[in-house]
Amino acid sequence: MELALHQPAPLLKRLSWFDWLFAVIIASSGLFALSRFGEFMDPYEKGILLAAIPALAVFGWFWKSFRPLFIIVGAVSLFAISQYHGNLARMDEAFFLKYLISSQAAIMWMCALFVLATLTYWVGLLARSAFTMKTATAMTWSAVALGFIGLMVRWYESYLIGTDVGHIPVSNLYEVFVLFCLITAMLYLYYEARYQTRQMGAFVLLVISAAVGFILWYALDRGAHEIQPLVPALKSWWMKLHVPANFIGYGSFSISAMLGAAYLLAQRGILASRLPKLEVIDDIMYKSIAIGFAFFTIATILGAMWAAEAWGGYWSWDPKETWALIVWLNYAAWLHIRLVKGLRGPMLAWWALGGLLVTTFAFLGVNMFLSGLHSYGTL
Amino acid sequence: MNSTSPSFGKSVFELLSSMRFAISLLSILAVASIIGTVLKQAEPYNNYIIQFGPFWFEAYEKLGLYDVYHAAWFLVILTFLVVSTTVCIYRNAPNFAREMKSFREHVSEQSLNAFKHKHEAVTTQTPEALAARVQHYLEGQGYKVKNLPREEGVLLAAKAGSWNRLGYFLAHSAIVMICIGGLIDGNLVFKVQQLLGYKKIETRDIPQSQVPAISRLSPSNPSFRGSVQIPEGSSADVVFLNVADGYLVQDLPFTVALKQFRIEHYTTGQPKNFESDLEIFDRSGKKIRDATIAVNHPLIQDGIAIYQASFADGGTRLSLRGWNLFAPTDAPFPIEGTVHQNATLTSVAGDYTLEFTDFRPFNIENMGGDAAETGSTMSVLGGSPISDKKHLRNVGPSFQYKLRDSRGQAHEFSNYMLPLELDGRWYMMSGVRDAPNEAFRYMRMPLDADGNIETFMRLRGALLNPEWRHEIAANFAHQALPKNASDPQIEGKLTNSAVQVLALFAKGGFQTLGQFIEANVPAAEREKAAGTYLRILELTAYEALRIANRQAHLPEPKPDDATGWLVRDTLNSVSDMFVYGAPIYLQLMHYDEVKASGLQLTRSPGKNVVYLGSFLLTLGVFFMLFVRERRVWLRIKPGHALLAMSSAKHTIDFEKEFTQHAQALDTLAK
Repeated sequence: MELALHQPAPLLKRLSWFDWLFAVIIASSGLFALSRFGEFMDPYEKGILLAAIPALAVFGWFWKSFRPLFIIVGAVSLFAISQYHGNLARMDEAFFLKYLISSQAAIMWMCALFVLATLTYWVGLLARSAFTMKTATAMTWSAVALGFIGLMVRWYESYLIGTDVGHIPVSNLYEVFVLFCLITAMLYLYYEARYQTRQMGAFVLLVISAAVGFILWYALDRGAHEIQPLVPALKSWWMKLHVPANFIGYGSFSISAMLGAAYLLAQRGILASRLPKLEVIDDIMYKSIAIGFAFFTIATILGAMWAAEAWGGYWSWDPKETWALIVWLNYAAWLHIRLVKGLRGPMLAWWALGGLLVTTFAFLGVNMFLSGLHSYGTL
Repeated sequence: MNSTSPSFGKSVFELLSSMRFAISLLSILAVASIIGTVLKQAEPYNNYIIQFGPFWFEAYEKLGLYDVYHAAWFLVILTFLVVSTTVCIYRNAPNFAREMKSFREHVSEQSLNAFKHKHEAVTTQTPEALAARVQHYLEGQGYKVKNLPREEGVLLAAKAGSWNRLGYFLAHSAIVMICIGGLIDGNLVFKVQQLLGYKKIETRDIPQSQVPAISRLSPSNPSFRGSVQIPEGSSADVVFLNVADGYLVQDLPFTVALKQFRIEHYTTGQPKNFESDLEIFDRSGKKIRDATIAVNHPLIQDGIAIYQASFADGGTRLSLRGWNLFAPTDAPFPIEGTVHQNATLTSVAGDYTLEFTDFRPFNIENMGGDAAETGSTMSVLGGSPISDKKHLRNVGPSFQYKLRDSRGQAHEFSNYMLPLELDGRWYMMSGVRDAPNEAFRYMRMPLDADGNIETFMRLRGALLNPEWRHEIAANFAHQALPKNASDPQIEGKLTNSAVQVLALFAKGGFQTLGQFIEANVPAAEREKAAGTYLRILELTAYEALRIANRQAHLPEPKPDDATGWLVRDTLNSVSDMFVYGAPIYLQLMHYDEVKASGLQLTRSPGKNVVYLGSFLLTLGVFFMLFVRERRVWLRIKPGHALLAMSSAKHTIDFEKEFTQHAQALDTLAK
């Protein structure tokens, strides 16, 4: 009888054996990395590594699907690394590396799978086929796994080029676009499971496919996939925090924009019968913006603190900083509009959709059209 | 006045604290911020005049568009934001604080019945027993519960997520704090002093020591952000603050000396690290400390942070050879120069001022053109993120200078110290451009077999020398005609032609030759004529080289391919000389490098206020967005229980939770 009340047991008692195994895997791999590479890290980097252990463990307990993803990505990445024998040329010789899991191969598979998943979601949506939708979800998961494997292996490859060249792959526009795809997809997959609805995948994956298009153009036309050593300003542990936090923000804002589009269509009766109820779309849009706003706030603050160390001032009204502020103001306004009775509904959806333009400009436009201190990924 | 002011004040208060006003302010601030990202800020005013013309330049200046974020109107928007936020906090604070503490225990049964989210259950238990069970359940769900005896039973008043309201305080007071912190670090104090006439911007280009006190800021100035360039072996006790179209001098409480500046490189040549070894002295000259700063690793001294911001040449000494390009026989002459200083050149063509602007000890150039593989699809899919940097090469030092003639006209030059290999042959390169936004056009001077430009210079002199022209032409004509068919008349004619070609070429290179053909040869035969003239020119040039070598007591040039190319390249180069823009070529022989480090020094007492504000903002945002405030009441009478629930936001999660509580009540009431 007590069970029916959802009486919450203490957190630790709710954990399954797999949760504990997961935590042990994370802790032991983190501590192993610390003991093996600790002498190459500064105290901040050690701090980040140690803090990542409980953070990842709790994240896995909170979102169960993260556990197998983490383990698979870790195992395959280690396998890929073992295939290199410390020799970059193996990339073109070893079968698995050449066709599957060298960084570039894995990222290209990720790209292909995201595009396929987008198409599959649309087919599923239009044909009202639950099975097709499930396939699309599986494809999205596979793309996320391969994308992370690609980044992990790229991290290792960068050290094979030279120990002074090696760095975490979040340093240029190409790498962060991959990260953007991955974070957006993961956020979406979380909501998909949480709300038991796959219909929004068709919309969210569109923005990921657009990013994939950019990645392909950027790599094929501009050769941007090449690993470059870091410029002095980027050689800092702040990068490991600032960049991912920012992309949780960008990813969430993109999702909310696509949901805004879905909301506006459904409201006009287009695809309405195939999409979730307006309240559900509205609710996820809000949650997504809430997460995005919180992380974007953190990211901007971290950016300011980094700027205070690298550029000599926490705020210089540099174009990138200013556009970060504009994005922040935009979503601050969105959150306030939500509290005004007469302005909700379509107004919020339009505002979120418009927010995509602002976000995209801050993310990409500033690098393309404006110059400033933050010119790390120019086109 | 007395009767209207309270209501006017009240409506202002209403407006400032209204949500719509807040939304408008956020949007206006966002739009206003865009201006400064589109229009480059704090450029030299001349650039703006060129860009907008005098009329719009002044209009924009009045609007403060060249420093938007410190313009009065922008500060007014920010002030409104601060005032509006403060008024909001003031308005909501008492209410919210009460709400956080209150359990709303005075709620009547009647009003509970009017709730949208209510649920009734029948129970056989006594009110006290059921109350105890539900209280236990709600506490397990994270609620704080008050058990209140009421007429014929019990009222449970419960609340959860009160921190949401705390989040409101934190986030909104954080915004005020951040703005105030930013204001402390801004230049407001100076602006006021400037307005009152106590301080003035210096716009003249004069030595720092001569800047008058009215444009200097004392070491006690609470906040500043300035920069200074220190050459190796020198020191500075001031920094410069760029303001509008001028600057201010900020005196420091200490002296910074630069011992050494270093650049580390990756194997690919990109810079890896910039470091400065500094010494800090107090004003009396006593050494306080040694320190090394690098990008991302500043030094804090007396509350002033010292950053590695940039680097430049600190006055490298250059030993040069000058070649008079249009003087046929002159030997090169030595010149000594120092970067950032001027020298005067006296030449036949007039007096020139040499302004040495920069020296670069290394230049990474793309020597391979576009490598074929990088663009191909397979390399991406097959997977090589390893960049092929074989075509990038360090081509050695170069120096830059401007050559200004007596009328003030200047061309800018960039000369490499070492020869470059192009198409398999080696050249000395000298680039020239007329304006800073143009690319350099290069004159390439071929090297001889010994790797020198002397042969080129000798041949150039011979080609330009009118005294030798006839001899060269005669030799050519003699060589050109077959030995057995020597005819003095034809030979004379050929000699004359060759003299003419040489004279035309010496006047303006291929261009003059082309103009001559265009003016004197019918269109149909021009191509053929051009070919003939070119052939004559090449052969005469070879004869010229022979004569020049003989005059210089050097061996005869070898009649091989290398000499052929040397002659051809020389002709091209000499032709380029006419559009080179200077009568002198400067060849760098030795240098003694002196580097300078660009430091940025800041004092920002508001930083900690901003950081504390940022921390509170983060906490506040998380509380506001992720803590949901909910209240539950349960009125129990014998045999009957009424559950009611409320929240500021009726989200899907709230609906779910209400259903859960209702089911729980049913279960517990049984």
